[in-house]
Amino acid sequence: MSDPILSLRDVWVEYGDKIVLQKVSLDIAPGSFVSIVGPSGAGKSTFLRLIIGQEAPTRGHILLDGAPLAPEPGPERGVVFQRYSVFPHLTAIDNVAFGLDCAGSMFLGRLYGRRRKAALEEAGHMLEKVGLAHSRDVYPAQLSGGMQQRLAIAQALVRKPRILLLDEPFGALDPGIRLDMHGLIDELWREHGLTILMVTHDIKEAFKLGDRVLAFDKRRHDPHAPHRFGSSAVYDFPLTGKSRRPPAEILALASREPAAA
Amino acid sequence: MRRLVNIRPGPGSRVFLGAAPLALAALAYLVASAARHAENPSDKLLPPLSAMWAAWRRMAMEVDPVTGAIPLVADTLASLARLGLGLGISTGATLVLGLVLGLLPIVRASLGPLVAAIAVIPPIAILPVLFIALGLGETSKVALIVLGITPFMVRDLASQVSAIPEEQRVKAQTLGASTWQIALRLALPQAMPKLIKGLRLSLGPAWVFLIAAEAIASDVGLGYRIFLVRRYLAMDVILPYVAWISLLAVMMDLTLAWISRRFFPWDHKKGAE
Repeated sequence: MSDPILSLRDVWVEYGDKIVLQKVSLDIAPGSFVSIVGPSGAGKSTFLRLIIGQEAPTRGHILLDGAPLAPEPGPERGVVFQRYSVFPHLTAIDNVAFGLDCAGSMFLGRLYGRRRKAALEEAGHMLEKVGLAHSRDVYPAQLSGGMQQRLAIAQALVRKPRILLLDEPFGALDPGIRLDMHGLIDELWREHGLTILMVTHDIKEAFKLGDRVLAFDKRRHDPHAPHRFGSSAVYDFPLTGKSRRPPAEILALASREPAAA
Repeated sequence: MRRLVNIRPGPGSRVFLGAAPLALAALAYLVASAARHAENPSDKLLPPLSAMWAAWRRMAMEVDPVTGAIPLVADTLASLARLGLGLGISTGATLVLGLVLGLLPIVRASLGPLVAAIAVIPPIAILPVLFIALGLGETSKVALIVLGITPFMVRDLASQVSAIPEEQRVKAQTLGASTWQIALRLALPQAMPKLIKGLRLSLGPAWVFLIAAEAIASDVGLGYRIFLVRRYLAMDVILPYVAWISLLAVMMDLTLAWISRRFFPWDHKKGAE
């Protein structure tokens, strides 16, 4: 195995005396597609927030390419949320070009002239890749939910992030659209050699898309003080082409009520 | 029988339903005015349309020999200058303060309570302070408008800016945006239509403060004129002036609404979310 792109070393997250994540240690290999599942309240979202940089671990270290992770979001980690991650005031093409604008123009935040033309061309290619070439000049409010997520993916990829983080990206979509999106993300992953971390509620989706599935849950549970034990990755399945069916213990985990109840 | 809450007027009946109360009010006025004049031909309280038209001609089309100007024109220009200056200063201050308060937690922690404290002061109550500190000239009138509407506008805009979903702010950062770039490319454009909305809501109060200031200490202006002729019970001047002020207010509101639709079309598009 090559050097991990992302490593967590003994990471804890605590809010006051409530332990959310405890002793999480993981290595993520470059080019892997890691699905993250678990019951509600098991710290999946906290885990993702840690890696985005919206939160810092209470204890432990997170390394990106061997260097400590900056405790705030940055361009080396792209993200697609379930909703609201495109900018409503920009047209599709400008949404995608936003990252290029920020990289190229510190003070104006916007490119002009030849450089703008080049940025628009690059953004246009990105839109084409996600199948939105015909919608380049419309505002997000005029796009369907699935198209907005396509746009969010194009927008995230334009800065060529080291890791792409997906936070239940298809959770709000209709089943048919969701299938299309699975096809798209799978294709982008293979074509660009992306490293993807995806949090999802949908176990089938997790096993279908990922080449590794992490299941978060509490290792121990104290019924009198449920907050005193945090979650960690209790199952870690590397998937080969053959074993794409979720094992029974994972299905049981997903159907369980939230841990705190 | 359908429930009342489910009965919606069609386009035609909507116009009729909207116009009917206005027409009734106008009719009631004309009837009452005619009745009073039948009893007392020199009644001043409810002047007939002819008297209001005569007063309007006198105010709007004839030069006042004392000042050498047409009163309505001079009053309108003076009032609009004060109002425009006040609204301009308020809008500028709101844009800057609203953005930093809405975006930067540090500023919100330090300036938020101050703005909240200023916002609860009834502006008219400090009008004497303004007159004492700034004199009776234009400055105190503009200052009253600014102090009267800015705190509300700032708090409104700050809450709108901080209500921009966190997902967007994080997304912008993952695209490499700095604080400055987030302010310029994310918060500012999204704040503009909200700012215009806040400004439209503030037009009413702004007119109130303008007229109050003009009524107390001024020698020209729409509010000044109304309160001046009040001494002579000159309802034939007051009522057309009030109608004129209302017309100006409506036009300003419609202009702002047009600007918002014209320059921020994305804020007016409703589609599949």
